[in-house]
Amino acid sequence: MKKLIMFTALGGLLFIMISSYMQMPPMGNVDNPSYNEVAEYYLEEALEDTHSPNAVAVIIMDYRALDTLGEATVLFTSIAAVLTVLVGKDPKPGEEESHHG
Amino acid sequence: MQLLNVILIVFLIACAIAVEKTRDLLSAVIIFASYSLIMAVLWLLLRSPDVAMTEAAIGAGVTTIMFIAVISRTRRMEK
Amino acid sequence: MDDLIVRNISRMIIPFIQLYGIFVVFHGHLSPGGGFPGGAILGASIILYTLAFGSEKGHLKLPHSIAKWLESGAVIWYIILGLFGIFAGHVFLTNKPAGFYMGQAGDIISGGFIPMVTLAIGIKVASTMITLFHTMIEEEEH
Repeated sequence: MKKLIMFTALGGLLFIMISSYMQMPPMGNVDNPSYNEVAEYYLEEALEDTHSPNAVAVIIMDYRALDTLGEATVLFTSIAAVLTVLVGKDPKPGEEESHHG
Repeated sequence: MQLLNVILIVFLIACAIAVEKTRDLLSAVIIFASYSLIMAVLWLLLRSPDVAMTEAAIGAGVTTIMFIAVISRTRRMEK
Repeated sequence: MDDLIVRNISRMIIPFIQLYGIFVVFHGHLSPGGGFPGGAILGASIILYTLAFGSEKGHLKLPHSIAKWLESGAVIWYIILGLFGIFAGHVFLTNKPAGFYMGQAGDIISGGFIPMVTLAIGIKVASTMITLFHTMIEEEEH
């Protein structure tokens, strides 16, 4: 009985996902909603704005630089948490300088 | 090119199921590394070499080493 | 791991891995790649060194006392670069109107603050990975 309910729920979820996938526009089409004026602006003005031929680097380092700063903050937080949990305990008397990251 | 895509995606699904089914955690980590490599080739076929390089370096290289370092300090076999 | 073949092959292959990582970081604004993949490649080379030569020698390559300055310094350098935009009268992290050197498109030194930001991210990612791995390996000893 439990399995029947589970399979019914999962089958319904599969049906919903497949039917919504059928409604999606084809991948890479120019008429997609995601290909709007923002993408056109980036592709046309990136070289003029930053003098750098790599449009992806221009987007993640210049137009979206605050997001990249957020990613660097995530890395900083993760390494701080790991060092606090793993080496923060019982510092040996002479080695405090080298074991507190 | 379409056939290569289909073959790679079938391998990807097979790897994902094998990771979940394997009891030996070290084997599971190696299968997961192959999953990341297939994913990197798929990113390259989708014309995003940036993501492919990141996936190959972090997914297949560093994540595998981190998992092995954790396994070396805990049990190898899943209970 | 004390294996002659692994040690010799690692000694041969590590300079090329590091050269490739540095290439990816410094050409982040010209070719595919950038801070995150380049930093991961650089970190993986030191991790390979630690795997081949042992934890003590690997730890000498990047001690915690240097790693903590690299970690903090990269983020602070990023924020200082962003503050230049505010002092020039624009928003945070402004590139061209803030007066950075733009150069000729296609050169190594061009693109405003993009190469500097890429360098900071690369150092940060490499240092984070090496420190994570060394921390996990070292804990067995005490």
